[in-house]
Amino acid sequence: MRKIHRRMLEFLVVVIFTVAFGVPFLFVIFSAGKSTAEAATMAFSLPSSPQYLENFREVFRAGGGMVLRGFYNSVRLTIFTILVLTVVSAMTGFVLERRRERVGSLILFLIMTGLMLPPAVVPTIWILKGLGLYPTLLSMVMIEVALGFPFAVLLYRAFMISIPRDLDEAALIDGCGPLYLFFRIIFPLLKPVSVTIIILTSINVYNDFVNPLYFLPGAENVTIQLSLYNFQTQFHTRWNLLFADVLVIAVPPFLFYLFFRRQIVEGMVAGAIKA
Amino acid sequence: MRWKTMLLLVIMGMTLLPIFASGEGEGPASTSPGGAEPVEITLLIDNQSPLDGLKAVAAAAEEKLGIKVTFEFRPGGPEGENYLKTRLVAGDMSDLSYFNSGSLFLALNPPQYFVDLTDEAFMDPVIATFKQVVSVNGRVYAAPAGEITAGGWFYNKKVYERLGLEVPHTWHELMANCEKIKAAGIPPIAASYKDSWTSQLILLADYYNVQRAYPDFHEDYTAHRAGFADTPAARRGFEKLREVYERGFLSPHPASTTYENALLMLANGEAAHYPMATVALANLQAVAPDKVSDIGFFGQPGDDPSDHGVTIWLPAGLSIWKGSHHIDEAKRFLAFFLSQEGLDTYMRAQKPFGPFPIQGISLPDDIFPATRDLLSYIDAGKTAPALEFISPIKGPNLPQICVEVGLGLKSPVDGAREYDRDVEKQAKQLGLPGW
Amino acid sequence: MRTRIYSYWFILPGMVIYGLFFLFPVLISFPFSFTRWTLTDWYFTGLDNFRMFFSEPSLRIGFINTFIYAVLTSGLKTVLGFIFAAYLVARPLGSGFLQSITFFPSIISTVAVGVTFSGLMHPAFGLINKALAFIGIPGPDWLGDPHLALLSVSLVDVWRGVGIATVIYIAGIRSIPRSYYEAAMIDGATSGQRLLSITLPLSRPAMNTVILLSFIGGLRTFDLIWVMTRGGPGFSSDLIASIIYKQYQSGFYGLSTAGNVILFIFIALLAVPLNRVLSKSEVSL
Repeated sequence: MRKIHRRMLEFLVVVIFTVAFGVPFLFVIFSAGKSTAEAATMAFSLPSSPQYLENFREVFRAGGGMVLRGFYNSVRLTIFTILVLTVVSAMTGFVLERRRERVGSLILFLIMTGLMLPPAVVPTIWILKGLGLYPTLLSMVMIEVALGFPFAVLLYRAFMISIPRDLDEAALIDGCGPLYLFFRIIFPLLKPVSVTIIILTSINVYNDFVNPLYFLPGAENVTIQLSLYNFQTQFHTRWNLLFADVLVIAVPPFLFYLFFRRQIVEGMVAGAIKA
Repeated sequence: MRWKTMLLLVIMGMTLLPIFASGEGEGPASTSPGGAEPVEITLLIDNQSPLDGLKAVAAAAEEKLGIKVTFEFRPGGPEGENYLKTRLVAGDMSDLSYFNSGSLFLALNPPQYFVDLTDEAFMDPVIATFKQVVSVNGRVYAAPAGEITAGGWFYNKKVYERLGLEVPHTWHELMANCEKIKAAGIPPIAASYKDSWTSQLILLADYYNVQRAYPDFHEDYTAHRAGFADTPAARRGFEKLREVYERGFLSPHPASTTYENALLMLANGEAAHYPMATVALANLQAVAPDKVSDIGFFGQPGDDPSDHGVTIWLPAGLSIWKGSHHIDEAKRFLAFFLSQEGLDTYMRAQKPFGPFPIQGISLPDDIFPATRDLLSYIDAGKTAPALEFISPIKGPNLPQICVEVGLGLKSPVDGAREYDRDVEKQAKQLGLPGW
Repeated sequence: MRTRIYSYWFILPGMVIYGLFFLFPVLISFPFSFTRWTLTDWYFTGLDNFRMFFSEPSLRIGFINTFIYAVLTSGLKTVLGFIFAAYLVARPLGSGFLQSITFFPSIISTVAVGVTFSGLMHPAFGLINKALAFIGIPGPDWLGDPHLALLSVSLVDVWRGVGIATVIYIAGIRSIPRSYYEAAMIDGATSGQRLLSITLPLSRPAMNTVILLSFIGGLRTFDLIWVMTRGGPGFSSDLIASIIYKQYQSGFYGLSTAGNVILFIFIALLAVPLNRVLSKSEVSL
């Protein structure tokens, strides 16, 4: 008897959670296929005559192909950030773990302040201008790398502890140079952390709104999140298109989640606890 | 795990390929020597201004001049302003840009970024009042991009007819009308404070009355001798904004209503008035084409029934970027636009919401009733330019401050005081004397 | 030998990028916060910018709002996350599904979440108010009521972030040795007692992580508020970060930078002692 009671309660919990967390998504999915007039009523119902293709086509066509350009830029930004970030932070984490001396810990402290403080916006723009890099995708990559750097170094450094020093020395005796040692022996061993960092960075950079807003203005440079933001100011009363755009933008993270659920969750937990 | 890695690599490879293939060469295609291909120039405009007229002119220009104008869009209001500034500073601007004339334009430091148009023949018929508001040291940096606009009150004529109301000529009469409309169960005033810029209209449209009471206000204001808080005539605008809230005249959910929602409410008679600028007629035509003729317009009245006028805004300007590779084409486009032929094309596609600041251009007969209402003020000489055209300072936070006063969060005096301090920041940034 | 294999040259590329694009801007923001700045010229104005930030209501409101926002969001995430986690580790019906569905919002962008909830929270048509009307409650104007807008946005923030808090707690609870529970069962402790006397105290490290992470995140936050209210109506939901952005938009670069400096100090003053208090309480247990 108690067991049945318990099951009913558990079922109720499932229902409540499905409503609280599932309904917003279903609402987006439903509304994205409606006509403008039908979506304007904001009813929670299936579209009476689904027009997903038309709506998606209109989303992609709007603002001179802003959404597609946003995708293209965000993908480039994400990939380049990952490439640079993993290499430079693995190198830094490697040396900082192996050399635990004064200079090293001072550097570590400087790096750790970046976990807490937000970027200083206007001075960064000023520097980018001075370097002639404003506003370019390259500078945006560099900023994303700089912002992801503390976290990545922390993870790499923590993982390095588990790689025995004997390995370094053995490699050295075999006549390897430090570059060979790092890139051919250490870096491949860091793969589990690299995977975590790649997954977390791709989510963060793909979803980043604030930094491109500040550091990457210009219609050519629009990123996917900015394209949705611009879309909102432009089509704020055409909810069907707005939600179709939300749907389009949520698809990549959704697929990613489907494939890498375990790694994403573990990565976020590992990252949070070590930070 | 292996196949996942493979998948990832394939996806990465696919996305990287086009990067290397296309390189940086995604810019506009170089003009072919044959001349068959039209030259492409870009025009940056905000996404809230009416566009049908300009688009029609662009289409005609492509056919006649072989110049293809591509429109780029930016947000309106302060956001768009910043977007424009950033692109100017970054040295990555469209060939033509559409932007407010007056203090906002002058704050961009036009001589640094835009082509001097003073000696162009197409600028000759442009009236001096417009030239003044786009000039620095006597040199002109923008051509008019449309019609003169007036700020005042739209009203739904059907509602007025049904309730037997007359167009008011004093603020007192206007409030009495609102009281009757409210008693009839209709929201007297559409408020769209979600688009916070629209909240400024009651304040800004009152400038005709300010100027009548205090003709030198703009000079004293610019020189830091007078402010909104300590000048009763100027403060009156904030008081009116508060009054319509306090008497319960606003439509429901003012802070969740957008500009477009409010236009629809006005058109459908779900609200009787909408304090707005006549430029909205073009937007109204777009969202409710069969209702535009039900809409009339009057200036924001003051206290003297024999002196009822309107506050006017000069049109936005079109400027040519100095760094453009197509300066000549841009000039030819402007010359075409400002000719009678160009403007006829414009007016066929988009009914004018006011007169053009260009001599010798006549308007067609079938203009909107509200435009006709506006013309009667202009013909009678009952106009005053908005403050932003005769003073270089406008504080950036005015929309938010007006929302606060308009929602009863702040008293009119406090709002006026806060705006004076906001203006001070702007004046100091501009380095004006006396601040 | 050590200096040769573990050469500091290895950290150079990373440190150059980090230094040039993060550290150096942070450092020079201190001198620039005392200026009126046009990006090409600057004029020293002493403490003017700071005075303005503390005296002007439209700027000052950001401190209070930011504090409320950070406390509210991190508090709710800490409590709700723990409750969800404690429930889910017992493997009830559909626990895998529940964990997936609560976590999924965290990997969707804040812009997408903000746009969606702006629709759901519409006073007249929004699904939330329609549901409330169905059970006879007149719903408020969630984002349009100046007294409510900040609260509404923080609730959306909690909705989006509670999944991360939950998985951190789950990891913390799973690492508690089973022997503790077994011993308690032998002593005849009820499940409620086990929760309060074993699970809660022993998941303190996880809890501290959640508090600190969400609190600092709350202090820095900008995107959700900007997408949903732009700091409005009026200035009622402005946060320090949105004020910094608005000053930047208006071209008040010195003032904006001063805001940034204040935000650094604000975070340091609140987060560092918080961290200390939290880690002390961990030791004493």
